[in-house]
Amino acid sequence: MEKKKTISVMVENHPGVLARIAGLFSSRNFNIESLAVGETEDPATSRMTIVATGDELVLEQIIKQLNKLIDTLKVIDMSKEDYVERELALIKINTEDKNLTHLMHIIHIFKGKVLDTATDSLIVEITGNDDRINSFTQLVQTFGIKEMVRTGIVALTRSKKQKE
Amino acid sequence: MRGAKILLESLKKEGVDTIFGYPGGVLLSLFDEIYNEKEIKFYLVRHEQGASHMADGYARSTGKVGVCLATSGPGATNLVTGIATAYMDSIPIVALTGQVATSHIGNDAFQEVDITGITRPIVKHNYLVRNSKDIPQIVKNAFHIASTGRPGPVLIDLPKDILAGEVESFVYPETPNLLGYKPKYEPNKMQIKKAVELIEKAKKPIVYIGGGVIASSAYEELLKFIEKIEAPVTTTLLGIGVVPYNHPLYLGMLGMHGTKYANYAIQESDLIIAIGARFDDRVTGDVKTFAPHADIIHIDIDPTSISKIIRVDIPIVGDAKNVLKDLLSEIKEKRHPEWIERIMQWKKQHPLTFSCAGEGLKPQMIVEKISELAGPDAIISTEVGQNQMWTAQFYKFTKPRKFLSSGGLGTMGYGFPAAIGAQVANPDKLVIDIAGDGSIQMNIQELATAVKYNLPVKVAILNNGWLGMVRQWQELFFGKRYSYTDISGSVDFVKIAEAYGAAGFKVEKEQNVEKVLKEAFNIKKPVLIDFHICGEENVWPMVPAGGSLHNMLEETELA
Ligand SMILES: Cc1ncc(C[n+]2csc(CCOP(=O)(O)OP(=O)(O)O)c2C)c(N)n1
Repeated sequence: MEKKKTISVMVENHPGVLARIAGLFSSRNFNIESLAVGETEDPATSRMTIVATGDELVLEQIIKQLNKLIDTLKVIDMSKEDYVERELALIKINTEDKNLTHLMHIIHIFKGKVLDTATDSLIVEITGNDDRINSFTQLVQTFGIKEMVRTGIVALTRSKKQKE
Repeated sequence: MRGAKILLESLKKEGVDTIFGYPGGVLLSLFDEIYNEKEIKFYLVRHEQGASHMADGYARSTGKVGVCLATSGPGATNLVTGIATAYMDSIPIVALTGQVATSHIGNDAFQEVDITGITRPIVKHNYLVRNSKDIPQIVKNAFHIASTGRPGPVLIDLPKDILAGEVESFVYPETPNLLGYKPKYEPNKMQIKKAVELIEKAKKPIVYIGGGVIASSAYEELLKFIEKIEAPVTTTLLGIGVVPYNHPLYLGMLGMHGTKYANYAIQESDLIIAIGARFDDRVTGDVKTFAPHADIIHIDIDPTSISKIIRVDIPIVGDAKNVLKDLLSEIKEKRHPEWIERIMQWKKQHPLTFSCAGEGLKPQMIVEKISELAGPDAIISTEVGQNQMWTAQFYKFTKPRKFLSSGGLGTMGYGFPAAIGAQVANPDKLVIDIAGDGSIQMNIQELATAVKYNLPVKVAILNNGWLGMVRQWQELFFGKRYSYTDISGSVDFVKIAEAYGAAGFKVEKEQNVEKVLKEAFNIKKPVLIDFHICGEENVWPMVPAGGSLHNMLEETELA
């Protein structure tokens, strides 16, 4: 059965490391839904958050193969952890001859931010998990989405709560 | 000190005594250093692919890391087949390539290729050196990566200015600086316990070994283990030599051209203990019908090998030698008289045999003769195709690291340069490449190398006038439509040998086989023997690609 998994990979910040990860996914025929890369608290390491799909055997292989790369420091299977995840999307929505109040209402409900306005469109910033962004885009579909960009999911495990 | 000198000093620290390679523009400063080099012997090849397989043959026959060197661009791309060959068979080599100057990288400069990009999927790791002073640490890391865990090739790309650049002093690091690389040698005790329970319960166990047993030098432990639990043992192509051919528990090779009894035993077993093997499709045939009654214990140092193709019951990540030691200390003696009896019956009923209807010598007979005359210490390489399978089936190996063959990639042209590499590493041993008339022509130019350095390698060409293995498939599965596999009469091998300064023989009659082999083995220079074998001989038995192991085709069934 196809499943989705969020995987966090800590890698040494060497040149070519992104190509190694991307190459691994293409040469092993793994499906990647999103990939977000950035520096961590330690500039010598990067953290990649990967959302991958596949059956259980494949997802297990993906984690092992990521671990096998020499530049990999640590692979965290987020689905085995308590974690938070977020994604950011910028969406340019058509406003020409549309009910702006209605649109502003939707943006408000989703705690969106308007970053830019023009006579015929505006750019909205939405943060949330995958579902939240998908519901927003569905709701504003009727206005017409001119352009959209998403960062891909980033995730962190929660700190263990201290017992009282 | 020049970067080039730093490189050579670093290699020496790693115990490198041999480099196989070829020069070019960006390597001039390195070759200028090699010119004065006393401790490392350099072998000038005739094609960089040859250098890559020589490094591989050097590594397979000794267990040490093999080293090859090529210039940027076409030199580097010529190494690619050899690197992929080593990668597929987990062989430790370090490939050094020249690169255009760092200021030119990315400009499509003359003879620039992105060799780290090209080789990324076929190396264990690779490096582009960006600073001359990084050379020692990178060399340290490269040798460590190549030779530890699951071994494999590592490439170091060296731009021209990095080799020419001056570094104040040479300091070789004591340790690699690899934060995330920690191969797991020691198995998990819980897993050992579970495996022991399963082994003690099993009534029809079988041990299936691969190249990992050789990589970990677990020969003694393996033999003790199979004897202690009285389990028959079968091997992949790469595991040949670990168990002596005449060991009573030995079933020979399994899979597509394995023995019937090995395949039957796998199919009927209730427990497979896989050690350093990876369930390749040439071994399993149709995965869905593979070993339907068996639980599987899989021992491998590389976690990605486990549950990649077949879901296993008990994975054990660790070095084969350590795992076997732990198992041996935990497990009680076991006997399986009925199971062994059944297997002995199969062995009696379905021995490997050969007959040949057509004219010409029997290739299997030639392999047996070589086996008889060459002695237990001879090193045998093969090319790819029928020659390879006949050698795997009929050569009587008694020791590991004596059989060198490209298994995973199936590289025609591997055997001859690999034999040269093995001869360099084992100057006192008899080294023989058992070849096909197709494959040998893929790296035949290395005759010049063998002659130049006085390497008395022997080549036994099983000349059938065909790209035999492909022809066999065309015969069996494509209605004998022999599309572009006839290569008969293409060359006079004796003349070729003589033209290069080697000795050449042609053998057409059975009574001359032994005589010529004996003579050839006594000649202290490279010898090429052209055996004219019967053209349409096939390799039997055979599991058709994607078929089930218990359905093996045999010659008689088709007649
Ligand atoms: C480099 C390369 N090209 C093509 C093949 C496909 N192939 C596999 S076996 C074979 C025929 C080999 O012929 P020959 O060397 O004469 O050996 P024989 O099978 O006749 O013993 C071919 C073309 C290969 N394995 N390697």
